[in-house]
Amino acid sequence: MSAAHAAGVVGASAVQVIAVAAGGLVLLGFMRKVRARLEGRVGAPILQSLRDVRKLFRKERIRPDVATWIFPAAPVVLVATVAVAAVMTPLITTQPAMSGGSDLFVVVYLLLAGSTLLALAGMDAGTAFGGMGSSRAVMIGALAEPALLVTILALSVTTHSSNFPAIVRATLANPGLIASPARLFAVAALLIVIVAESGRLPVDNPSTHLELTMIHEAMILEYAGPDLAMVTLGEAMRLALLLGIFVNLVLPWGVATSTTALGLVVGLGALVAKIAVLGGALAFFEVFMAKLRLFRLPELMAGAFVMALLGVVSGLVVK
Amino acid sequence: MTSSTYASLLGLGAAVVLLCAVMTLWRRSVGAIVKVLAVQGVALAGVALSIGIDHHDATLAVVAVLVLAAKGVVVPTLITRVVRHDPASRETQPLVNVPASLVAAGALIFLAFAASRSVTALAPTATGRLIPYGVAAMLVGFFALATRRKAVSQIVGILLVDNGIALVAFLATAGVPLIVELGASLDVLLAVVVLQVLATQMRLRLGSLDLDQLSELRD
Repeated sequence: MSAAHAAGVVGASAVQVIAVAAGGLVLLGFMRKVRARLEGRVGAPILQSLRDVRKLFRKERIRPDVATWIFPAAPVVLVATVAVAAVMTPLITTQPAMSGGSDLFVVVYLLLAGSTLLALAGMDAGTAFGGMGSSRAVMIGALAEPALLVTILALSVTTHSSNFPAIVRATLANPGLIASPARLFAVAALLIVIVAESGRLPVDNPSTHLELTMIHEAMILEYAGPDLAMVTLGEAMRLALLLGIFVNLVLPWGVATSTTALGLVVGLGALVAKIAVLGGALAFFEVFMAKLRLFRLPELMAGAFVMALLGVVSGLVVK
Repeated sequence: MTSSTYASLLGLGAAVVLLCAVMTLWRRSVGAIVKVLAVQGVALAGVALSIGIDHHDATLAVVAVLVLAAKGVVVPTLITRVVRHDPASRETQPLVNVPASLVAAGALIFLAFAASRSVTALAPTATGRLIPYGVAAMLVGFFALATRRKAVSQIVGILLVDNGIALVAFLATAGVPLIVELGASLDVLLAVVVLQVLATQMRLRLGSLDLDQLSELRD
């Protein structure tokens, strides 16, 4: 039993990492396709981002002369941290590997470690653009951070645990939690934070290369070839993981409570369906949305913060 | 209605009332704020209706319909009409910037919950526990009153305070007598009508609805 169980747990986590890695790139292509169709264009094929990454991996490795070890390390760390986070989050099953340590704080700060190193790498190349992009990205990160912490607190208040699999299990056992005010506020705040962290509209425009407005694109401007492929992969994985975390907090149905093969298949199918719906919805609303001015972002993040605070207060008051 | 659905429905209604109060500090365009106010009125009516259904109280259901009509429909329509005639007041110009207002609102929410702890300890029922939401909405309304300098934003602040008081009244007493509720609702309605008349006068005399211009004497 225990050996089979361990094998199931490891298998489930492996499936999760592969799903996040491959699914993230497909998700990117899918969201671009939705946008293109809504804007009246045909758009690139959904698998284009996979092809782009494959092409980049085959290219020559070029790095700035002045760059230190941070520059080549950042993409690797980004992918690695997201992969570790994908191992331990309950995306497909509520019993992923290392589920005991799968605290929401751990998951969130693993993701932040990757972004922080990427911001450092943006300045490492020594160009003006990279530094500007990094400073903007860090500003958004610093604004999103308090909101995110309070959001996690609000999520843990209702279930008396910040262990992510435990939260999902408690929600599955007691679906009334989903409609509780605390959870609704926390989820709304989480959505704003996720949009900010993954650099989507209205915080950052993922499809622009206009120097005045770009944030993330400016930060990774110096990357080329295999390094850029790793950054793209890491960012796509992060988007898929963040959306996966979100959908499993909002609608945890379909997540397997065991590690049997059937449960994993059902869990994978449910995860893909839920992320596709959420990603499509995000892309849909992005078409009708303008990017916020950079100096309006504190308002958005303060709104998320107050919303999360309301979630905490509601969680403490309404049992 | 089972007791747990009732409790969570009430909690949701009260939380939406407070959220709408915070949203009025968040949004800049008066048009959006008026929509938020309408949602708040609907949530308030929902709270009244669920208490009425739970207590089998027909009067409270009537009050809920009145609240819905007055605060969900009539008042927002009247304010929209004032704004339409005065393009300058389409955007609020708060004295305190939006992030600071929101953080202040967060502090006020905590203050309200801390201050009404003894009240909730007196009545730890499904309704009594939610009283701090009403107090918090009221405090946020006062904050909006203190930091907004346009006539329209001032009436929005007064409405927030009124909605907060109404929420506390519903939760604490399971509905005030119909005549009192009618009096309070009509009072607010009257205030909005007076605002409309005043706004017209102000625009004729001053050309704008900025209250700061009232502090100086003119020929």
